[in-house]
Amino acid sequence: MTAPVIVLENVSFAYDGVPALEDVSLEVEQGEFMGLVGPNGGGKSTLLRIVLGLLAPDAGRVSVLGAPPARARGALGYVPQFATFRRDFPVTVEETVLLGRLGKTRTLFGYRAHDRALARRAMEETGVAELRARPIETLSGGQLQRVLIARALAGEPRILLLDEPTANIDLRAEVDIFDLLKTLNARMTIVVVSHDIGFISPYVTRVACLNRTLLCHTASPISGEMIQRLYGAPVHMIRHVTAREPGLPS
Amino acid sequence: MSGFFGTLAREAFLQHALIGGLLASLGCGVVGTYVVAKRISFVAGGVAHSVLGGMGIAYFLGASPLAGALAAALVAALIIGWVNLRWHQNEDTIIAALWAVGMAVGVLFISRTPGYNADLMSYLFGNILMVSRADLYVMAALDAVAILIVTLFSKQFLAVSFDPEFARVRGVRVEFFHLLLLCLVALTVVVLIQVVGLILVLALLTLPAAIAAQYRARLVPIMALAIVLGMAFTGGGLALSYAPDLPAGATIILLAGTTYLFSLGARRLLSWHKTRRTRT
Repeated sequence: MTAPVIVLENVSFAYDGVPALEDVSLEVEQGEFMGLVGPNGGGKSTLLRIVLGLLAPDAGRVSVLGAPPARARGALGYVPQFATFRRDFPVTVEETVLLGRLGKTRTLFGYRAHDRALARRAMEETGVAELRARPIETLSGGQLQRVLIARALAGEPRILLLDEPTANIDLRAEVDIFDLLKTLNARMTIVVVSHDIGFISPYVTRVACLNRTLLCHTASPISGEMIQRLYGAPVHMIRHVTAREPGLPS
Repeated sequence: MSGFFGTLAREAFLQHALIGGLLASLGCGVVGTYVVAKRISFVAGGVAHSVLGGMGIAYFLGASPLAGALAAALVAALIIGWVNLRWHQNEDTIIAALWAVGMAVGVLFISRTPGYNADLMSYLFGNILMVSRADLYVMAALDAVAILIVTLFSKQFLAVSFDPEFARVRGVRVEFFHLLLLCLVALTVVVLIQVVGLILVLALLTLPAAIAAQYRARLVPIMALAIVLGMAFTGGGLALSYAPDLPAGATIILLAGTTYLFSLGARRLLSWHKTRRTRT
């Protein structure tokens, strides 16, 4: 393994005095497919937003690809939680996917042919190319999720971060999306936030469990006992493992 | 109606009025589309009404009311935008306060200005027949600025209106473009005030784009259709109001409002008809 692509050291964050994350340390290695699980309100989305540079931690240090998060944004692909925007906004699938080129394309006027080619490739890869002219309002939940993944891929990310990509969609579509992520994992690091620990465990290479104050990570399959611990038991019962490779500078 | 076209061919004031209406339609089509898509009509209303404060002060000082309107609109847009970014939860209270306080300042200054206060009504309800050649140049310039900025930054405006969080992740300066968009709303409001006055501005800013959005699914086609509709409403309203000597601004707004309701009703009826047919 090479140097970790995401490093969080003793990160804490509070919303107006209400702690969301306390003393969280985590490293994500290149090429990993990490599942970030935990109960609702456990700080999963907050952690993702800190890695994206949308929130600054109150304490601790964050680095993404060896730089502060805001400077690594060009290498990050972000798939937000379902419906952070209005579904009836007048925009087509292709226009939505092209937004993934922002920051990589020219600032003034429209997109270049190169941007359109990358957007088309991303749509083909996620199986939404034939929907390109459709308004997003007319898409099913599974189709919209694929469009959002295509939008993230259009920016040619090295790390793909997904926040609950399969909330509100049916099981069949959920399986399809995780199969797609598994394919993408061959060329990029993936971190996926989910509250569905049982579903994601066959896909991911490692699971990090987050419930505000603590973090456990393991490559072994998640047992029922562990789920019990994460969601229902006191803090001290949960095993804390640091997955740092020996010999690497910390 | 023939009287309208006859006079239009002869009289400069009516030609100015018509050109003014067409120029206003450009701004309201382009910027109104963002107002409708981003659902910020209340923000636009706050900007429009607080403009009276600037006009009143300019009037009192003997300066150009148009310049006062422009300054007040930009200041109001920046205050509202800043409030939206800092204290999002209080946004609507602060807009309402700015709305009323702006008007109160305007009324006070106008009442303290010596002389006859006939202009107050035309600020409030517009007087398209009084549009001068110089006004037309100012309107054309403001339109040009708005269209140029939208053309340059169409990608960023779409991103910021549609999904600001994603835009931020992609490195777009969301705050800057949010404020820039509100400044464009301010410019457009000032252009429209010439035609329909500050009370009726909101309708002309939103109705053409709202109607267009029922028939088109992308921003640029909505803008194009909204411009055509705006031109039809201002031109049509002007023509309809001329012979019976009705206030042009009010006639334009009623024409737009009626069309909007009719279009909404027709679409409801159509979709109801479709679902009935598929059921049987």
